[in-house]
Amino acid sequence: MKAKHQRLTLALLAVVALVGAGLLAAYALQDQASYFYTPSDIAQQQPEAGAAIRLGGMVEEGSIQRSADGVTVQFIVQDAGARQKVTYTGITPDLFVEGSGVVADGRLDANGMFVAETLLAKHDENYIPRELEGIDMTSGKHKTETLVQ
Amino acid sequence: MIAETGLIALWLAAALALLQFALGAIGLRAERNDYYAAIRPVAVAQGLFVSLSFLLLIWLFLRSDMSVRLVVMNSASVKPLLYKFAGTWGNHEGSMLLWVTVMGLAGAFIALFERSLNKRTLVATLAAQAFISLGFYAFLLVSSNPFERMFPVPADGQGLNPLLQDPGLAFHPPTLYFGYVGLSVAFSFAVGAMITRDVGAAFAKAMRPWVLGAWIFLTLGITAGSYWAYYELGWGGWWFWDPVENASLMPWLAATALLHSVTVLATRDSLRAWTLMLAVVAFSMSMIGTFLVRSGILTSVHAFAVDPERGSFILALLAIYIGGAMALFALRVGTVKEGKRFELVSREGALVANNLLLSVILALVFIGTLYPLLVEAVTGDKLSVGPPYFNLATGPLALLLVAVMAAGPLLRWRRDNPKALLNRISIPILITAAALFALALFTTGMSILALLGLALAAGVAVASFAPLWKRNLRRTPLHTYGMVIAHFGIAVALVGMACESSFTEERLVAAQPGDEIAVNDWKLKFEAIEPMAGPNWTALEGRITAQYGDGAIHEITPQNRMFAAAQTQTSEAALLTRWNGQLYVVLGDGDSEGRWQIRVWWKPFVTLIWYGGILVALGGFLAMVGRLRRGYKQRKQREFVEATL
Repeated sequence: MKAKHQRLTLALLAVVALVGAGLLAAYALQDQASYFYTPSDIAQQQPEAGAAIRLGGMVEEGSIQRSADGVTVQFIVQDAGARQKVTYTGITPDLFVEGSGVVADGRLDANGMFVAETLLAKHDENYIPRELEGIDMTSGKHKTETLVQ
Repeated sequence: MIAETGLIALWLAAALALLQFALGAIGLRAERNDYYAAIRPVAVAQGLFVSLSFLLLIWLFLRSDMSVRLVVMNSASVKPLLYKFAGTWGNHEGSMLLWVTVMGLAGAFIALFERSLNKRTLVATLAAQAFISLGFYAFLLVSSNPFERMFPVPADGQGLNPLLQDPGLAFHPPTLYFGYVGLSVAFSFAVGAMITRDVGAAFAKAMRPWVLGAWIFLTLGITAGSYWAYYELGWGGWWFWDPVENASLMPWLAATALLHSVTVLATRDSLRAWTLMLAVVAFSMSMIGTFLVRSGILTSVHAFAVDPERGSFILALLAIYIGGAMALFALRVGTVKEGKRFELVSREGALVANNLLLSVILALVFIGTLYPLLVEAVTGDKLSVGPPYFNLATGPLALLLVAVMAAGPLLRWRRDNPKALLNRISIPILITAAALFALALFTTGMSILALLGLALAAGVAVASFAPLWKRNLRRTPLHTYGMVIAHFGIAVALVGMACESSFTEERLVAAQPGDEIAVNDWKLKFEAIEPMAGPNWTALEGRITAQYGDGAIHEITPQNRMFAAAQTQTSEAALLTRWNGQLYVVLGDGDSEGRWQIRVWWKPFVTLIWYGGILVALGGFLAMVGRLRRGYKQRKQREFVEATL
């Protein structure tokens, strides 16, 4: 193989590999990218039961109920337009409180209940999950205390 | 006065960086030897002044000077000393100053110690290094002054984010930054070599220690970050494919590829253009990583210090550096002379395969991380890409890469005989097949990826020692040992990952004091809940005893901490480490009936993940020491020969 040909082969190989990566990514994204839903999104266009999705909104005031087993909570996530029932079995994050923002990974079951596998609450006073930016939270009262401004 | 002195030192360092760049640029154009001579002391002075500035900032944090805005926002007088110290870089301004300090020190180090590089390339490298630093100086001085004063002076500060108050995390960001900055030096070398058209073995040998150093720090940083997320978040996971994690993984993937291609360039003088390209890509990835983490543009389980405006500044820097380097690359790549040729079945061929696979994995992670941003920019839809995508897309390729890694060191340089090769790798292949067979027979519920991973790890563990086979172990160079240990470390980590994902057992209960919990062969007894107080927090501590089979009884104490200053809670998981795994206990909330949520995991061999990472970094360290020592000896020998002639 001439040097020029070898260079060309390697360059072609690299191009093929990277195009392959792009195609693989496109395929996997189509299949696996879990769309972010707000309760209104779910109300308008219900995702398939069992499909992995991410839900974000505010925890409705007074909606958190603990089950008798002590490790399951049910609550309602709401935005300006709709409410969505959620159930979660596990230890809730430290800043998971009523009236606060929450993002949950999980799936809808056949009854329209959102079964959460992980809950992301606010990290600290200053952090809002980015997906929740710009969403109208009707009862989204969360006091932010800042010592110095 | 300390703050003002720090600011003045920073301005002086910036001015020196400008001078350093100008000396290089004008000197190269006019080919002036006096300019070349002047650039070294200027680089050293720049390093000294920026270090002074950073030390003064540390001093301000240590003495809790509440007239400085940055200290107020990120520290508190009651905070433990360690976190006052670490709080210096646990924020945007401080970490940017740390970045530019490490860059300045690296420039000073090159100016003082680099002897093997062609003089003009060295000058071009130092000028490029100063040019990159200038962007960060501008950033600090214009929009993120760390020494800004505050009036009126508040009584106390806001404290550090409690999640960051952890010894592991205190030193995790600087570790990653050393890695990022090391890649910026490699980038400067590549730019310097492109400017002087001097790409060859000598250049690769000069660049290699920096790539190796950056790669060691990135490896340690990622390992430490993974362990931190594992025990601090209390979720029991060690990798979440979170954008912030990806931001550190992407430069590591690029650096790993670069490390291998720069070795080909140094030993065989092949892959010249490709190595330059990778140096540009690796630094781009560290800049993109910084951008993602600092801009708040992505949702992350650990996105700290978010600010879109600063994000745009970093984005602008990114565009200038990367765009400039790419343009230079496009202009000069045609004039880079061809390197030496090789057959496809050869050590070079295996390293090319390694590079291609790493590049593809990098591309897949990159696409997955940035895809949500792109979609949102185009359609306005919010979307997230999670672990299912990343595992599916990168898992099989990673296993293929590990297989190439096992075979690569057994190949000869330039050309090899496929039959002889097959002979050499037959034992690892047999071991992999046997392991696969045994696992398929005796285990249940393993995912295909984990099954293949565990079997492959067995083969790789053996294959990684093959380069030592039939060699005189005392005369084997240190860098060969380095490679062996690093590759073995990958096998070790792979075992940990496969075992953790396949054999973890979990129990989640609401228990009252006195209740027993069983998981695997462990018997846990929930004894009591007790209040605790720390330096700046109060906590509820669960006292739990754990016994493995009929073995000794251990006490473990998971906590829920409340931080008054930031009104934040953190849960401190309790970990009990045994040779064959780790018991992981998290305390949740209590309820009105006196029950407490307790989550227990038994994770067999999970610690191997991080031991593997440490072994990989250790291998890199041995390789670096070996290379540097050999380079030093060769130089001494050359000088001796020249002196005697």
